Amino acid sequence: MSILVYIEHAEGSVKKTSLEAVSYARALSEKLSGGEVVAVALGTIDSDELSKAGHAGADKVLYVEDENLNAGVIQAHAEAIAQAYKQTGANTLVLAKSSLGDAVAARLAFKLDAALVSNVVELPDTAEGYKVKRSIYTGKAFADTSVNKEHKILAVKKNAVDLKTDGATASVAKVSFDIAADNFATKITSTDKATGDILLPEADIVVSGGRGMKGPENWGMIEDLAKELVAGTGCSKPVSDIGWRPHHEHVGQTGVKVAPSLYIAVGISGAIQHLAGVNSSKYIVVINKDAEAPFFKAADYGIVGDAFEVLPKLTEAVKALK
Amino acid sequence: MKILVCITHVPDTTSKIQFTDNNTKFDKSGVQFIIGPYDDYALARAVELKEQLGASLTVLNIGEADTEPTLRKALAIGADDAIRVNAFPSDSHFVAKQIAAIAKENSYDLILMGRESIDFNGGMVHGMVGELLGIPSVSPVMKLEIEGEAVKMAREIEGGKEYLEAKLPLIAGCQEPIAEWKIPNMRGIMSARTKPLKVVEPVGEEKATEVTGYQLPPAKGAVKLIDADNVEELVKLLKNEAKVL
Repeated sequence: MSILVYIEHAEGSVKKTSLEAVSYARALSEKLSGGEVVAVALGTIDSDELSKAGHAGADKVLYVEDENLNAGVIQAHAEAIAQAYKQTGANTLVLAKSSLGDAVAARLAFKLDAALVSNVVELPDTAEGYKVKRSIYTGKAFADTSVNKEHKILAVKKNAVDLKTDGATASVAKVSFDIAADNFATKITSTDKATGDILLPEADIVVSGGRGMKGPENWGMIEDLAKELVAGTGCSKPVSDIGWRPHHEHVGQTGVKVAPSLYIAVGISGAIQHLAGVNSSKYIVVINKDAEAPFFKAADYGIVGDAFEVLPKLTEAVKALK
Repeated sequence: MKILVCITHVPDTTSKIQFTDNNTKFDKSGVQFIIGPYDDYALARAVELKEQLGASLTVLNIGEADTEPTLRKALAIGADDAIRVNAFPSDSHFVAKQIAAIAKENSYDLILMGRESIDFNGGMVHGMVGELLGIPSVSPVMKLEIEGEAVKMAREIEGGKEYLEAKLPLIAGCQEPIAEWKIPNMRGIMSARTKPLKVVEPVGEEKATEVTGYQLPPAKGAVKLIDADNVEELVKLLKNEAKVL
């Protein structure tokens, strides 16, 4: 039985979280001793880029070259993945949690009569049945979840496994599916997207600013540090509510949930709703002039000080490291 | 025009999460339950659409009797009637099937809910219901306008948004800033007491998953404070101790 992995791409590159999903599938295949790992990509994308999925652990990449699938047409993607799943005779679909991945996986659960487990943080425990650990209550707890169906869909959270980079180059096979027109009934009319930025859910390092930054004109300091660290930039809810930063940068319970290796919070007090969006980070650094800020309790490292003095110094110190 | 809004009954966002019975049950003691914050956005937008289009608005919850105050609150905010499917919502497949059954019976034009519940965070029920009903599903939706049969939406994607057009019937998972949360007024609270709240029994029992136990994350160690005049020390620690640079 093979494992299928739905991989997404952005601006021609396979998303890093999707490659992590491939590595998860590889590790799962090894754990269950067997099964080919087949990645599937939809849209137009360079085949060299696709073969890289092999380094992450795929044996084979199926490529549906169809420009109608470039945009995230939810129903059409679900239909294409369902056909790939049946064609490969898979019993498990693995994908990375994402805006599109969630929407597509949900429809697939009933197309494939599969059990869907979301926010998976570890490989399944198969000692007795099939148990998956997933993150719940926005990272405040975990649930061991037993799966009662033969077919399974696992939507994997960032950092659930280490990204594998030493696999062989995978073979890429072009396939085409007949996707009925009604799957394209919802039309994407335009896209408004920051280009060149490091996408927040993909970022290994995130630098976020809060109201302590005093105004949008001071964000240059956050961006300078982010640039040196090759980091994504985020913000607290009040900052996006007042319109200092766009909504897609809002990190927290009702915004983006991030799970980077390093999260740096500047001038954010650390309300419980903000912590819920960052508590899956491996390391947290807090910079705040208020030594009583609750965020320090959730931090690994802290600096009590004025952000406007600390940030430029920190940027310089990171630069000096190189 | 008939609108259905599905709401969850979840712990307030400030709740301390704890478990009882040897970590097999959520500890409700001292926890205040609310309409899921994302569902609250969906409800607020639905109330606006109801006023704009003269639509009827039903709220639905899959839950046991203790969720009724949450449904009454939704009625106070502006829904016309409420349905409670009398079952504990332990599995997304089970919940999606309940919603689909109610929707088939009543043929709603528009079904809204939050992008995800804030307890299990799956973010999948809208898509599942869309598949079961054979209608388009879109999530997370941050803007939704209805012009005749056409629905114009903005959906959040990583790093920005995309604009979509679809036709009714449709199901959407909603998030801010689709509408501002509405706080019920006294008149709403009074009238909610007498609005119809129907209780129905669930269809089928099949569950695709089952939670066997809960765990809390390991406690964080104490923060290591670094002097503001010595940021080089922080960089050193991040490189050599945390190994993240």
